Amino acid sequence: MSEVIRPLTHLVNLQSPLSLSDYIREGGYQGASKAIHDYSPKQVLDLVSDSGLKGRGGAGFPTGMKWSCVPMFPDTDDSNDEVPEFKYLVANADEMEPGTFKDRYLLEGVPHQLVEAMIIGAYTIAANRGYIFLRGEYHLAAKRLQQAIDEAYQQNWLGKNIQGTSFSFDLYVHTSAGRYICGEETALINALEGRRANPRAKPPFPQMSGLFGQPTVVNNVETLSNLPHILKHGADWFKALSPNSDPGTKIYAACGRVKSPGLWELPMGTTIREVLYQHAGGMADGLKLRGLLPGGASTDFLLPEHLDTPMDFDSISKAGSRLGTGGLIVLDDKNCPVAMVLNLLKFFAQESCGFCTPCRDGTPWAVEVLTRIENGTGRKEDLDTLHNLCDFMWLGKTHCALAPGAVEPLKSALRYFIDDFEQHIDNGCCSYQQQGFTQQNHAVQSSHGGQIHG
Amino acid sequence: MEYNMSSMPQINIVNIDYRQYLSATEIASIEHEVSIMETREAAGIEALKIVQEHRGWVSDDSLYAIADLLNMPEAELEGVATFYNLIYRQEVGQFVIHLCDSVACHLTGYQQIYQTIKTHLGIDYGQTTPDKKFTFLTNVCLGGCDKAPSMMVGKQHYQHLTPENVVKILTGLANLESENV
Repeated sequence: MSEVIRPLTHLVNLQSPLSLSDYIREGGYQGASKAIHDYSPKQVLDLVSDSGLKGRGGAGFPTGMKWSCVPMFPDTDDSNDEVPEFKYLVANADEMEPGTFKDRYLLEGVPHQLVEAMIIGAYTIAANRGYIFLRGEYHLAAKRLQQAIDEAYQQNWLGKNIQGTSFSFDLYVHTSAGRYICGEETALINALEGRRANPRAKPPFPQMSGLFGQPTVVNNVETLSNLPHILKHGADWFKALSPNSDPGTKIYAACGRVKSPGLWELPMGTTIREVLYQHAGGMADGLKLRGLLPGGASTDFLLPEHLDTPMDFDSISKAGSRLGTGGLIVLDDKNCPVAMVLNLLKFFAQESCGFCTPCRDGTPWAVEVLTRIENGTGRKEDLDTLHNLCDFMWLGKTHCALAPGAVEPLKSALRYFIDDFEQHIDNGCCSYQQQGFTQQNHAVQSSHGGQIHG
Repeated sequence: MEYNMSSMPQINIVNIDYRQYLSATEIASIEHEVSIMETREAAGIEALKIVQEHRGWVSDDSLYAIADLLNMPEAELEGVATFYNLIYRQEVGQFVIHLCDSVACHLTGYQQIYQTIKTHLGIDYGQTTPDKKFTFLTNVCLGGCDKAPSMMVGKQHYQHLTPENVVKILTGLANLESENV
């Protein structure tokens, strides 16, 4: 029963994830088996397109459409000889968005699901080789994924002529070494090639020229994890999982000072109120809700008045934010909004790859101004500076989406919490300080102890 | 103007094969990583991590040796090494503490944990204790937001930190080390 309503997480076991044989006993690898035995790659692509699956990494791009840009299907296409021989499928498991921990749950709890999903994805785009690009900090996930991959090789679910078919696919785990920008798909590709992981210019898109110049698809872990279930139960079942236009389930999460932080797989489009009050138990005792980021650090703040917004891509953007990763970061009334935004901007300043000027110089500039305001030495014109920075770093003016992502919480905070900013400046102090949090007055430092960005 | 080549002082060029700075085990592990990538330099991060696993950190000699082994310019590998938070280009203590300072831990008061560690060990971010047991660094979101505040020491994640239990954890690690010795 639970598979029908919670397909992604019903087999999760964090203590001891299912071995290959147990996973198969619970219905695993049926999706992959169906794909490689019964369907042509084109049929799988059509099925995934029909299902309406959208990327769960933050951007919400339709998965079928992303795949369809890969040159393929020599048998149905007249441009036979233009289909490249080597293609790659990469699982983006570089989960570093602050406030996001959903992929970790899937990676540690049911590693075979991702392996199965990658077999399906690779079969569809005819990829010969796959990489799971895992963030370096997820040591347990690395161990469990490698174990799952080894088992899959032993049972001929990976390697040459998988399950007696003509399809061959090799899968490897690549562990990164800690850098947020590697989650951007072209930066991830540079990282995999052993280069400094600056994002690349697009076009060419990775589907045409990605890893080592070959067609490459990069999908988020949660996105991929839907594939075995779509194959097994069909597109209509997948659509019926959700009551609105965005199909399937979504792993929602809540963190901050709420009663029971955690994550829950729910129908896509569950309201913020239901996630926050029914599942996370509401605010911790004595605290009131001030606002929240609906999908990780790089989304705009929403307010208590937005609580009834369904958490799907369209509704959240109509409310003025982005669904992002679906992880609520909840701001309570005893935490200073200016300090929270300062913390977020420090993160982006540290993680900026330094390639383009608006981001390399803009994010530390915002940190400097916000630090001043938070410490009570801000000036009235600082607010204008912040507004200007939001414009300098906005979409279209930067090399990738990191700086615009930093702007989102900043500009929405300036809109919703402007009184707090003004009070800091007028009173020359932060009025939240009495609650015992010593806000850091030290300079922003990189992990090596040096001042960032020279 | 004419130069008489024979009267020019002789410059002795010494070619050092930096590979001598790597152990056979390290070279074998790195070559295995190379074998699953398309190019030698693509194994750069793995190679840095392998050497770090054996030696605790990546010295200049190690970096030059890896660059030689992977047939790539040292500067390029240095660009990769310094890009990442988990590659240590300075000597670190036996236990490297990565305290999460991202937003969920900020909202749940990692600042108190920071103060506690700082006071308990007497070191700030980027520093190592004189006995070389602990190095203290920050880390961006460790993905433990529902159990914040959170930190990582070596490969171990610690969650639900309080000023009390973090001292216990550090004391436990310090004792663990002396037992091994």
